[in-house]
Amino acid sequence: MDYALVLIIQALSSIAMLILISIGLAIMFGMMKVINFAHGEFLMIGAYTSVMSVNAGVNFWVATFIVAPLSVAVVGLVVERLIIRYLYGRLIETMLATWGLSLLLMGAVTVIFGNTVTGISAPLGSVHIGAYSTSIYELVLIFFAAALTVGSAVFLKMTDIGLVARAAMQNPDITAVLGFDPNRIYCVTFVIGAAITGLAGALIAPLTGVSPGMGLAFVAKAFITVICAGPAVIVGSALVATTFGVVNTIVTFVATPVFGEVALLLSAIVLLRVMPNGLTSRFKRGAL
Amino acid sequence: MMHRRTFFKATTGIVAAPFISKYAFADDTIKVAAIHDVSGVLDILGKPMASMVAMAIDEINQAGGLLGRKIELVNFDTQSNNQLYGQYATEAATRYRVAAVFGAVTSASREVIRPILRRYKTLLFYSTQYEGGVCDRNIFCLGTTPGQKTVKIVPYAMKKFGKRVYTVAADYNFGHIVSKWHKKVVEENGGKFEGVEFFPLEQTDFGPTLKKIQSIKPDLVMADLVGSNHIGFFRQWTAAGMSGRIGLASTIFGTGNEQLFTNPAEHNGILTSATYFPEIDTPQNKEFVARAAKVTGTDRSPINELPAMSYYAPKLWAEGVKAAGTFDRDKVIQALEGNLTYNGPGGPVTVDGKCHHVSHDIYIAQAKNHSFELLEKYDQLPPSDTAAVCDLAANPNDTKQYVLGN
Repeated sequence: MDYALVLIIQALSSIAMLILISIGLAIMFGMMKVINFAHGEFLMIGAYTSVMSVNAGVNFWVATFIVAPLSVAVVGLVVERLIIRYLYGRLIETMLATWGLSLLLMGAVTVIFGNTVTGISAPLGSVHIGAYSTSIYELVLIFFAAALTVGSAVFLKMTDIGLVARAAMQNPDITAVLGFDPNRIYCVTFVIGAAITGLAGALIAPLTGVSPGMGLAFVAKAFITVICAGPAVIVGSALVATTFGVVNTIVTFVATPVFGEVALLLSAIVLLRVMPNGLTSRFKRGAL
Repeated sequence: MMHRRTFFKATTGIVAAPFISKYAFADDTIKVAAIHDVSGVLDILGKPMASMVAMAIDEINQAGGLLGRKIELVNFDTQSNNQLYGQYATEAATRYRVAAVFGAVTSASREVIRPILRRYKTLLFYSTQYEGGVCDRNIFCLGTTPGQKTVKIVPYAMKKFGKRVYTVAADYNFGHIVSKWHKKVVEENGGKFEGVEFFPLEQTDFGPTLKKIQSIKPDLVMADLVGSNHIGFFRQWTAAGMSGRIGLASTIFGTGNEQLFTNPAEHNGILTSATYFPEIDTPQNKEFVARAAKVTGTDRSPINELPAMSYYAPKLWAEGVKAAGTFDRDKVIQALEGNLTYNGPGGPVTVDGKCHHVSHDIYIAQAKNHSFELLEKYDQLPPSDTAAVCDLAANPNDTKQYVLGN
């Protein structure tokens, strides 16, 4: 019984990890169709900001929930104003520009902190479940992944700002006629996406350690998750993360972590073969 | 995504061309090369190794050089990228015509440069602890091997924690061969080997494995993990509340200075073994540690077995050169094969002329508050595992790496 519970926690934690690394991208790519190749580096900067702040004596939670998202939001703002805003609607050019940006950020961080892995310990200790024990931080991650998903969906669906944002994504001209500046809405949406990515980077830092190249490990998985999600970006990403997380965990337990990764990628291929437009392509239009 | 990665690697390769010391083209000097991973995931191993080779060469020069000539060191940073090993080994041998190469960090990288340097008749000194079995007249291995470590620490840890042993190891030849040794030694000592799991060097999330280990409930986990990513294992082990419930031991913990990168709650009580610890309590060693601290400066990398053996390697080569009276490769090899001894700051090492490995003092220690407490010492263990399969006196053209323990 407790073994089953521990398995479930591991699966949930695997799902949470996928949601965290892809939710910022879900907003940028899924909603705005901006292919941000520097997404991994946004995660990396969030993680670095948090680790460096903690090492400098800042409280872990302050570093994670305030310093990291704010720093990456600033990076996002600068990037949007200097690069992205000239490239809306031009997929290939955005791709090239953000690819260059990704190399630049990786290089800059390597110069500042060196090409090495640093890390911090997860706070909060552990909890016993029958004969097993698990890290409380893992449970916290699961909670925040769920909270971020629900929060984003509710924000976009229920609030006026969310409504305007969705309108601007669907039809910028009509939105402009109604008195809202689409450029400003794009900018704010991009910055929010960046801030959430920064928060996610800070949250996963105690588990993964930080290094300048860490983004490379995540960006592919994040894109796979968001692309497989289809048009309903938030709900879709959560569903896809659930599928992949469960597959990954089961195969990892039965075989090894390497086969777990292989199984995850295989299921992505199968999913896109069966549903080329993503898991939520049959959802009603405008769903989140 | 592939393009992006290969492009990044290619560009960093160009930018980080080898750095060459200022005497690079003086004529009356003898050149030697150091090839280590000074950056990338293996930097925690490679950086201190490279700085100790440099310190040894500096000391040789300050003492007047060798045979009246100064030794000049050419440094290469392979960036934890095995492709660069081949390139730099070729460059060291052909462009700089070095008399000897000190380096290679992992076994995988050693196997890249070993055939290259043999082809160019350039002597190689390998200082990392490794899985053993390399049988090649062109290389001298100063690292410890499982026959020196596993056979001592596994029974010691089993006595302390219990007889059911699980193993986690790095996913390349070192981890695979060492885990076979663990299995053999566990079974010889009446224990039960509960299985093994391998992790790529890039692995950072150990959650599933920690839960798997809890479901197997072994008494002892042998953790032979390598590189900075794998430090996460010890952090997550503690975060999952497993410290104190299951024993942890390793044949390699500390060689990456894991005891500095983790906090005491995470490392206290982990058993490990090595031929060198900075805690060895002799005047020579204290003086060596002080000199090394000056060289590594503010770097968080004090000296453990790998850098210590990296320091021994040029000194042992110097003993060979002095005994031979020449820098000629064949003569130096012959001199070293006369079972030469170098009395290092941590204890003597003596070459076994038949298999080109060395005998070591081996210690068992326990991690405690960012350092180690020495628990047990075994004097001058010969490299019996490699010696059992490798006889270069009888087969001088052998180049095989024998798989030991099967």
